[in-house]
Amino acid sequence: MTTRTSIDPKLLEILVCPLTKTVLQYDAERQELISRAARLAYPIRDGIPIMLPEEARPLDEDELKRKP
Amino acid sequence: MPDGLTLFDRPALKRHRARAAATLGEAGFLLAEAADGLAGRLAPILRAFPLALDLGAHDGQLGRAALATGKIGTLISAETSPALARALPAPRVVLDEEMLPIREQSLDLVLSGLSLQWVNDLPGALIQICRALKPDGLFLAAIVGGETLKELRDAFIAAETEIVGGISPRVAPFVEIRDAGALLQRAGFALPVVDADTLTVRYRDPFALLRDLKNMGWSNALAERSRSPLRRDVLMRAMHVYAERNTDPDGRMRATFEFIYLSGWAPDESQQKPLKPGSARSRLADALGTSERSAGERAGD
Repeated sequence: MTTRTSIDPKLLEILVCPLTKTVLQYDAERQELISRAARLAYPIRDGIPIMLPEEARPLDEDELKRKP
Repeated sequence: MPDGLTLFDRPALKRHRARAAATLGEAGFLLAEAADGLAGRLAPILRAFPLALDLGAHDGQLGRAALATGKIGTLISAETSPALARALPAPRVVLDEEMLPIREQSLDLVLSGLSLQWVNDLPGALIQICRALKPDGLFLAAIVGGETLKELRDAFIAAETEIVGGISPRVAPFVEIRDAGALLQRAGFALPVVDADTLTVRYRDPFALLRDLKNMGWSNALAERSRSPLRRDVLMRAMHVYAERNTDPDGRMRATFEFIYLSGWAPDESQQKPLKPGSARSRLADALGTSERSAGERAGD
């Protein structure tokens, strides 16, 4: 059993980074939406994307290199 | 820190809204009124909206009323407060109306019920909404207008002037209806329409009004608000002034709420537009079956 709730694909398709308005990468494993342009990872909690920069996790150099 | 340009303390707004998550139902009649008004304006529009966004969904009343019109395919509920968002039906998202995380030209409809009056940069928020809409997409919103809580604003001004000898902002300034149309136009909306509704709510006493405002998450969140607690003597005097000025013969006290309804369409080629001056192909005189007479000398003659 997984407790992960999936996000509606229609919602995922229209979301962009609130700061840069650029595309986001969906990290299903960590339940995050990655904005490379803003170097932030927006969390998805209980299937709800939290698109607030103050709630986002800053990405470090290693992560930016690793993620294609 | 207040910088004089920022009207609202958005983190405080979010706190008030989170606190209101549990109590919204008790004070939800204003939201219900706005939801009815918006659904009533959506229902007669002869087209379908496959993908819609409810911006500042509160407890989802507007979403339910809008879905009941049968015009909407998928409705995404958006809230600034994660606590409120958790109680909304999926699909849902937490966002800030001042930084819309929505792809350009992706929505058919944006609805918003009594949320956008708390935005610091309303022109900026409207521009972002207009961009998020597909061409010929519709924006339909209700915001709180300038007449709202005028009795409360006046009562606080009177009490503070009398006791403290100065005033601090206690009731937010809201958009005036005469400015609303220009705001829509500036944001790039075509065919803007604005109208207002005034609702007079009658309370047992002014404290019941204050309780409702708090339950809705409408506590004072002005950036320039006084950070020291409201003095009890000022509050009591304000409530006394309120009662003195606004009591009906049956002992109930009036509170005014003004809703401004905004609607505008994202520009599209198919929309009606005025013709360019001088582009007429037939004479007005012919259409009227009369002969053209000079009205005098032309400018520049």
